[in-house]
Amino acid sequence: MVNLEVDFLHLHLKNPFVLASGILGTSASLMERCALEGAGAVTSKSCGPEERAGHDNPVALAWQGGVINAIGLTNPGAREEIPLLKETKHRLADLGVPLFASIFAPTSGQFGEVARMIAEAEPDLIEVNISCPNVASEFGTPFSASCESAAAVTREVRRAVNLPISIKLAPNVPNIGEIAQAAVDEGADAITAVNTMPAMLVDAYAAMPVLKNKTGGLSGAALKPIALRCVAEIASRVSVPIIGTGGINDGIDAAEMLMAGATLVGIGSAVWQNGLSVFARISAELSGFIDEVGYERLEDLRGRAIQ
Amino acid sequence: MKHNGLFSVYTIKEMRLENAHACTLLFNDTLPDTQPGQYVMAWLPGVGEKPFSVSGDDPLALTVADVGPVSHALNQLCTGDRVWVRGPLGKGFSLTSQNLLVVGGGYGAAPLSLLASRARQQSLEVTAVLGARTRNDLIMTSAFEASGCHVYLATEDGSTGIKGMVTAGMEGAYEDFHPDGLYACGPTGMLLAAAEFAREKNIPAQLSFEAVIRCGIGLCGSCELPEETCLKLGIPAGFLVCHDGPVVYLNQSFKLPKMQPI
Repeated sequence: MVNLEVDFLHLHLKNPFVLASGILGTSASLMERCALEGAGAVTSKSCGPEERAGHDNPVALAWQGGVINAIGLTNPGAREEIPLLKETKHRLADLGVPLFASIFAPTSGQFGEVARMIAEAEPDLIEVNISCPNVASEFGTPFSASCESAAAVTREVRRAVNLPISIKLAPNVPNIGEIAQAAVDEGADAITAVNTMPAMLVDAYAAMPVLKNKTGGLSGAALKPIALRCVAEIASRVSVPIIGTGGINDGIDAAEMLMAGATLVGIGSAVWQNGLSVFARISAELSGFIDEVGYERLEDLRGRAIQ
Repeated sequence: MKHNGLFSVYTIKEMRLENAHACTLLFNDTLPDTQPGQYVMAWLPGVGEKPFSVSGDDPLALTVADVGPVSHALNQLCTGDRVWVRGPLGKGFSLTSQNLLVVGGGYGAAPLSLLASRARQQSLEVTAVLGARTRNDLIMTSAFEASGCHVYLATEDGSTGIKGMVTAGMEGAYEDFHPDGLYACGPTGMLLAAAEFAREKNIPAQLSFEAVIRCGIGLCGSCELPEETCLKLGIPAGFLVCHDGPVVYLNQSFKLPKMQPI
């Protein structure tokens, strides 16, 4: 078995697979379970300044190409999130698994405030979710839509905390490389790419969108080629590490994501498709692929498709 | 039944009144490959979507208590109306006993009626203990009787059967029929009592839990069984009712650990 251990910023992970934000990151016990199942790191569900119930059902559906969801940023609010993250951090530390804490906010100033609050729990990284596609009616255009707004949020969070920060970007922009550059210029330590793709499913018999929120974020197999393109563009533009996320379901997918320039690989919808055993399986498959093709180390894959 | 890749669209053939607050919706088609104890997500376009345990699979039957906007709208439907269904979802009961003790608290009787009828079709012994607040709240007792179960009733006000909680009926049923497996559905407190009872009698238990189910596919975490409940049951924490359950399996050798002081 090829060693899949990987260095990421100041951290050392057992493998490059990260539980993506929004998947089961709602409690210490669920994040611990993901770590026990073999995740290299886990990301908590995005937390904002105030408690949010999220959208009404239907909020998520599996379809032929993956999953579409509009959960609507359900979270307990930053104050309640702090003890949850502290407990999670404590449990994961025993397992040698880093905790990434995802945050969101309605204004760039509040991003800084939430980051400052959450820093009290000392997560290993703060992932700054500026790209949720499901709250536009309340929060307006996501901050990930332009270099200026992405830079403004990054600046606020950078000022607020000394912890490493990764900015999570949206796929539906014409210039994701430039937006990543703008975030890095303001002090982003890493880039997470990508969030889900805004989409809609219509039920022909009902003659209406299926999700209560009408639109939602598309993930799973349909997102993979989009994510690979985005990660490749970012990797060609900036030198900070990338958490490549979107439609990664098996070891070959993971190899593709690393070759597109990612250092870590996010796992989200694959949990639906395969259950939590996906972490152990995908690690074994990636290791098998590296062996089969004759690479020596995991690092040999990184960026290979964009050289 | 029409299927669009997301939902199957069923038409109501009959609305059967169960009590003053609940109806069973009987549909025009089967729900294939259903394990008793599994559930479906039922969507009424423009209203919303909620989980309901399957009370019949041939044809599909859903027993719906009027407790919120979606269940209220479902209770107002008529023969010929359509309901969008995805499922069956989750892990249900499995018939691993020869002589079943079935314990239903309130609307917990609904999924157990399908389990009991399956068991009776296989000529297994079934003793059902059904409880509710009053005689008028009990549902489906005649279905259990018609399928050939031994039926014990318990009501909190004593209006019929044993006076007390459904768990009060378990001891007598156990002494009379010596079941080798316990199957229960109802409120958490009742299920914990049933787990304790099964442990005392040293028989395996399968317990179906209720939860707030949102995604229904094991991703959002909304339905996680509280860690305290997992600890009391002696199962690993992080149990997702929508995906790992709704049925929790406690085998013969399980131990209920003492609660850790928090």
